[in-house]
Amino acid sequence: MDAVFLARMQFAANITFHILFPSISIALGWVLLFFRVKHLRATDPQQKLEWLRAYRLWTKVFALTFALGVVSGVTMSFQFGTNWPGYMERVGNIAGPLLGYEVLTAFFLEAGFLGVMLFGHRRVGEMVHLGATFLVAFGTLMSAFWILALNSWMQTPAGYEIVDGQFHARSWLEIIFNPSFPYRLVHMVLASALTCAFLMIGISAWQLLKGVATASASRVLRTGLIFAALAAPAQMVAGDFHGLNTLKHQPQKIAAVEGIWETTRGAPLLLFAIPDDAARTNRFEWGIPKLASLILRHDPDGELKGLNEFPSAHPPVLPLFWSFRIMVGTGILMLLVSWIGLWRHWRDGWDFAKMPRPMLGIFAGMTFAGWVATIAGWYVTEIGRQPFIVSGLIRTADVASRVPSSSIAVTFAIYVAVYLALLAAYVGVLKYMAETADKKSYASASTDLAGDPQEYQRRGEFA
Amino acid sequence: MSFDELLPLIFIGLMGVSLLVYVVSDGYDLGVGMLMHRATPEERDTMVASIGPFWDANETWLVLGVGLLLVAFPKAHGLVLSELYLPTTLMLVGLILRGAAFDFRVKAKADRKVMWDRLFIAGSMLASVCQGWMLGRYVSGFGEGWNYPIFAGAIAIALPMAYALLGATWLVMKTDGPLQDKAIEWSKIAWPPMVLGLILISMATPWISESVRVRWFTLPAIIAVASIPITTGIALLAVRLLLGSPAARGGLCWLPFALLVLVFFLSFLGLSYSIYPFVVIDRLTVWQAASSPESLKIILIGVSITLPVIIAYTGFSYRVFRGKTIELDYA
Repeated sequence: MDAVFLARMQFAANITFHILFPSISIALGWVLLFFRVKHLRATDPQQKLEWLRAYRLWTKVFALTFALGVVSGVTMSFQFGTNWPGYMERVGNIAGPLLGYEVLTAFFLEAGFLGVMLFGHRRVGEMVHLGATFLVAFGTLMSAFWILALNSWMQTPAGYEIVDGQFHARSWLEIIFNPSFPYRLVHMVLASALTCAFLMIGISAWQLLKGVATASASRVLRTGLIFAALAAPAQMVAGDFHGLNTLKHQPQKIAAVEGIWETTRGAPLLLFAIPDDAARTNRFEWGIPKLASLILRHDPDGELKGLNEFPSAHPPVLPLFWSFRIMVGTGILMLLVSWIGLWRHWRDGWDFAKMPRPMLGIFAGMTFAGWVATIAGWYVTEIGRQPFIVSGLIRTADVASRVPSSSIAVTFAIYVAVYLALLAAYVGVLKYMAETADKKSYASASTDLAGDPQEYQRRGEFA
Repeated sequence: MSFDELLPLIFIGLMGVSLLVYVVSDGYDLGVGMLMHRATPEERDTMVASIGPFWDANETWLVLGVGLLLVAFPKAHGLVLSELYLPTTLMLVGLILRGAAFDFRVKAKADRKVMWDRLFIAGSMLASVCQGWMLGRYVSGFGEGWNYPIFAGAIAIALPMAYALLGATWLVMKTDGPLQDKAIEWSKIAWPPMVLGLILISMATPWISESVRVRWFTLPAIIAVASIPITTGIALLAVRLLLGSPAARGGLCWLPFALLVLVFFLSFLGLSYSIYPFVVIDRLTVWQAASSPESLKIILIGVSITLPVIIAYTGFSYRVFRGKTIELDYA
């Protein structure tokens, strides 16, 4: 097979695997800080214990998630060079400092304080420990900041000049705060919030269904529902702005997302179609008239550029068209589930014992909904940049590795096998950790507690 | 020399130091990982606990080292990593497996723990052997011929031995009781092959590369640089003597580890002296491979501000977890 295609597949496999873990940990760090503060500020000993249990279970999830994020991130730092050597040779002057700052201000910060955060509680004071937790969460966010600055620059390059084929920085402010960066950063942080919220919702609901929940599961589930109910509509708004920004700077991406071949006024919003790249048309079209124009131009007769205006320089249509619909569909589903769930919970007098089992089943079924939406969204934006690696300026094929395609094929197979095995192990261990009751007495961690921690009182009703 | 010409030198220094810190710090935790195949299940828990709070940050130095290579010397980065494509991949697979196994082993079902321990040990070995092979290929300038694979192969055995010795002395420092006794035995076993490996490499490098030979074995340079192998030899002998004495179990338990760090530092100096001013021996000098001065200045500002802070909080973390290892607990 073609070496460029294999290199792309391998890189895609790696970033797909990698993004699963930051998409949880970016938000989970802050959630842990929230649990910790709740634990410290609670006056009722029972409540104090419940928040502590929540903190401890989710710290384990964080540790596992973070470790997988680190190892796949280390791999990525090598793959920039192994898969796209020409990329660094040409835009190294711009990409290099951004990646360098990521390592220096974010990667080290989170890794440096992780040990203290995870294992240091008995050895440092409460405030120092809170500080370490804050710095880990902050480091994770900073990491997202720098990586998204670079990624956005590749989508909407700015602040550069080209001298003898080499890119040089003209204005670092313009490079970092390039046109699509603020939108992409907000969109990704909210995606992480939703992914993390649904993980909390799903795992806690699973614990309630299995009858292994302690009272802290209810607290986590409620936190997750409120978190998701706030983040989902915010994400819709942010996504809309991001889409308008993309329309302005990368109209070919939007044309592919909407499956528009010819420039049209009053373009329909296609709900179903099978775009055919070879015939340059859609089959089995089914859509709502004028809605795409209304959404993107805020005018039912607004004009949208078609793919035929960008001959040989537009992304493949089929994967974009469907990734986008999967992302939006999952997003709408998350909005509905979080709102209906929260409304139902309010009607039940904030008591999960009254929540119908099918509803808990839906919650549990959506544990990884955030992953689906996040990955689909990343495919839209990354495949949507093709055939360029730096939008409109450098073609991906021109910077690919000169390594023989057989080597790439072998390593691709190894990576995929390792990643699939680890992913299965990760999901399996999450399930196992959720189902194993926390039997520790917490004698050392919460000396002010009297008596044994109580099991979740209403477990019988779920049995 | 103008500041712009000095910049690549500053960066090769920073990159070298990052990789040295990586080799020493991840070296001891890779070493501990490899030694786990000789330990009982309870000892394994203590061994993992001794490196638990540190390994994440240790691995970050590799990212910084490779990052600086990528950022400051993009041409060398492309060349080196294309030459080392397969061993790099296998090393990464090793690092992925051990990093994942480290967390899975205590969180998965109890009957899976043995499997994760095996993966942890195997991952540590795979990563160490690959790093040795990569070092060997790099030092010999990616030469072709029958002797080059033998040279790389020898380092692929010697470097894991060095890591094992470093890991064993780390355990001498961080543990007590029967495990400490075992660690002293492991150190004694790992000492001869590591020393032999170091001697062989020091002899073979000038044989395999002419520019290295010229650099070391001409007067008057030989008089000045001879102090490096001499000090290394004294430090290694001191490590062996300490391991045989009761002091290694008591107040001086930190000294073998510290002396080995010195040995790694001296070997690094020797290697730098052999290679300078090349990034890839006989093919690319630091100036040929460097990025534009504007970009290097931007990164240098970041490095000057953040590196002292990174060193400070790394020191803080080691201070928090100083002393003998106790059970790790998410509290």
